[in-house]
Amino acid sequence: MRSCREVSELVSKSLDVHLSLRERMAVRLHLMMCRHCSNFKKQMLFLRRAGASYVEYLEKTSRKESVKR
Amino acid sequence: MTDDTLIQHRPILFRYALLHLRDADLAEDVVQETLLAALQSDAGFAERSSLRTWLIGILKHKIADQQRRDARETRLFEPDRVGADEDIEEHLFNAEGSWHSPPKVWSHPENALEQEEFWRIYEWCQQNLPARQAEVFMLRELVGLEPEEICKEANLSSTNYWVTLHRARMRLRACLEARWFGKQQTGDK
Ligand SMILES: [Zn+2]
Repeated sequence: MRSCREVSELVSKSLDVHLSLRERMAVRLHLMMCRHCSNFKKQMLFLRRAGASYVEYLEKTSRKESVKR
Repeated sequence: MTDDTLIQHRPILFRYALLHLRDADLAEDVVQETLLAALQSDAGFAERSSLRTWLIGILKHKIADQQRRDARETRLFEPDRVGADEDIEEHLFNAEGSWHSPPKVWSHPENALEQEEFWRIYEWCQQNLPARQAEVFMLRELVGLEPEEICKEANLSSTNYWVTLHRARMRLRACLEARWFGKQQTGDK
């Protein structure tokens, strides 16, 4: 079985590219048994959303109109 | 070059400019200038990605001009602090590859996105990443460039790109857990 260290790298990579079938199965199996890495995966998905929201936040708060009000 | 092919790149250019100038109105201005400059030039591009690389090149100049006008050069990516790019995995995992301090459950993370205080901490964590990691993370997750474009932009091999991005995510995750999610009340509200 793959270690948490390896699985965390694969989870991170899976956000950007398709993993091979073998890798996907290994990750799935590991996540079924490891809540630490399951938490990690949820956090990675959240980070992606947060990044996009941060840009929106920056846009909203830096508009001149919003400063005046 | 048609207007349509140019306009497709506007959102990415805007986000890039916004992160550097931290002002949405100024960002819109420099993106507009960039697109106008591009329209006036008759350079032809076979590939979409090379067009975008070229546009970002123009945009960088416009951003630099704007910063000079403002006389406030804010550098987005601070030069690397000593030892900042070290292999953090060594501290995160034991010899068997198990977590030293395992990721916890983050309760209601979506609520954090609505809170001013959360963004202050997020920003702090992001700015405290080693320069290279901050650059790669922001170009990927905030601006939305493709991995190959980032490799060119940051002059990284594809392997180094993955390692750098992963380390950035690991650090950001740990920072948010330590400074925000670890301090929130658990349980449903
Ligand atoms: Zn695990």
